[in-house]
Amino acid sequence: MSVIAPVNTHSTGTNASANGSVVIDCKLDHVFYGAFLAVRDSHVQIERGKITGFIGPSGCGKSTVLRSLNRMNDLIHGFRFEGHVQFHGRNVYERTIDPVAVRRYIGMVFQQPNPFSMSIFDNVAFGLRLNRFKGNVPERVEKALRQAALWDEVKDKLKNSGLSLSGGQQQRLCIARAVATEPSVLLMDEPCSALDPIATRRIEELMIQLKQSYTIAIVTHNMQQAQRVADITAFFSVDISKGSRTGYLVESGPTKALFESPREQLTKEYVAGQFS
Amino acid sequence: MSAIPRPMEAVQLQRAPFERRALRNGLLTLGAWAAAIIAGIPLISVLYMLVVRGGARLGWEAVSSLPPAGFEMGGGFGNAIVGTFVMVGIGGLISIPIGVLAAVFLAELGPTRRLSQVARFATKTLTGIPSILAGVFAYAVVVLLTGTYSVPAGGLALAVLMLPTVILTAESAIRAVPKITRDAAYGMGCTRSQVVWKVLLPTAMPGILTGVMLAVARAAGETAPLLFTALFSSFWLFDSGAKLMQPTASLAVLIYNFAGMPFDNQIELAWAASLVLVLIVLVINVVSRLVGQRRA
Repeated sequence: MSVIAPVNTHSTGTNASANGSVVIDCKLDHVFYGAFLAVRDSHVQIERGKITGFIGPSGCGKSTVLRSLNRMNDLIHGFRFEGHVQFHGRNVYERTIDPVAVRRYIGMVFQQPNPFSMSIFDNVAFGLRLNRFKGNVPERVEKALRQAALWDEVKDKLKNSGLSLSGGQQQRLCIARAVATEPSVLLMDEPCSALDPIATRRIEELMIQLKQSYTIAIVTHNMQQAQRVADITAFFSVDISKGSRTGYLVESGPTKALFESPREQLTKEYVAGQFS
Repeated sequence: MSAIPRPMEAVQLQRAPFERRALRNGLLTLGAWAAAIIAGIPLISVLYMLVVRGGARLGWEAVSSLPPAGFEMGGGFGNAIVGTFVMVGIGGLISIPIGVLAAVFLAELGPTRRLSQVARFATKTLTGIPSILAGVFAYAVVVLLTGTYSVPAGGLALAVLMLPTVILTAESAIRAVPKITRDAAYGMGCTRSQVVWKVLLPTAMPGILTGVMLAVARAAGETAPLLFTALFSSFWLFDSGAKLMQPTASLAVLIYNFAGMPFDNQIELAWAASLVLVLIVLVINVVSRLVGQRRA
């Protein structure tokens, strides 16, 4: 597939795909919920081993785009995706692709910590059992909990309910659950918005560690957070010109460049805090 | 200058127990206390009466012997206890799997489908149906067809009564599983049936069990549906092999029969059987509450 050079993307994006480090290439033409056009014309590339941040005002479609990558939006009635999401050489929206399989390779962490109502151990082992993992389950559970920086806090109470943990611990448990199956990509949809500043900071540090083994895409409401963790930032905005609220990608590029020398006037105003 | 009243001078922090607001408050509190006490009275007084009148006869002989004939002394209602457990068990075996699976459909697979709307309406109507009609139904379906009063006929009648309770409580328990939990399951790469079996049902299990227990407790105390279907018997159900196709005793029907007899012995046994029945229902309710609280 030839690389489409989008007019609104910094050149690094296209270079990256040329040297093959793009894991997900999402060329989104239109996303509808029923008759409502939620997002249009957004070309997002997720690069291997990096953190890509999605920022933008409320209703700009950043979560929709993120959830389109692993077909989570299929669960929403009336959702329709036009475009393609290229992952390992296949478009995940092809008719022959099983969305359930896609989600096993592209894991997800949600806004609200949502551990299952089962033990800490079973939460982390959930995906392993789902995939009929034949190896040493306790070993993998420990590894995942260590990767999520939660092992030391829970190693003596693995049988306790996952819901007995604090909010920040629950979110790290969800991260452990997601990485236990070693997915290619980890999608995080505002993972810190329900957490206090200290728990937020731990998750951010964790993301930077996880970057060594995983590719991460994160939606965040918080521009400082994007600056702290994201290597590449994609800025979305809302187009209200046609009487509707349609999100679209304004520009994307290395985080530093996007914040310090944005190309678009809209980006400049947003990162300067002139609207939100 | 001093034309504006200074609020600090008018501050009144003293308790005024006879002011109107305070009186109304006290009255309302008193009323709520009284209502709460009144709500507890029926169960307490029923229990008290049963213990007083039935407690005397309650012993090993009562729960282990067969019902006495006319002028006979002694005896008990052991076969009725067995019959109640077996028929409620059969009712559960029929209604629980069907009820839970139906609830899965109503809550998760097709909540807005026409079939769900019809099934939900039918279920809600069924909850209000007089229990004697469940008996008439099982009579027509089983008793007339097989030509005999039997355990399966009684079990089916009880199943019809239990089904709506199981469906409605299981549906609301499954619906009560938060959306974020569903998202987590789908996000992990669960298929729909894996979401149901591995996440929704385990999470909703305390609620489902509570509903099942309530249905069981209610079925155990039903008389009317069993009058037409299992009738009564003065013999052990498992005396000569498991002969299910025969009239069978149950506690509820025994109470109904014996309470109307002109013999003191039978009337005493009816009281004792009532006490046993209430204790069974009470135990089931307490267990269901414990199960329901465990993971909440």
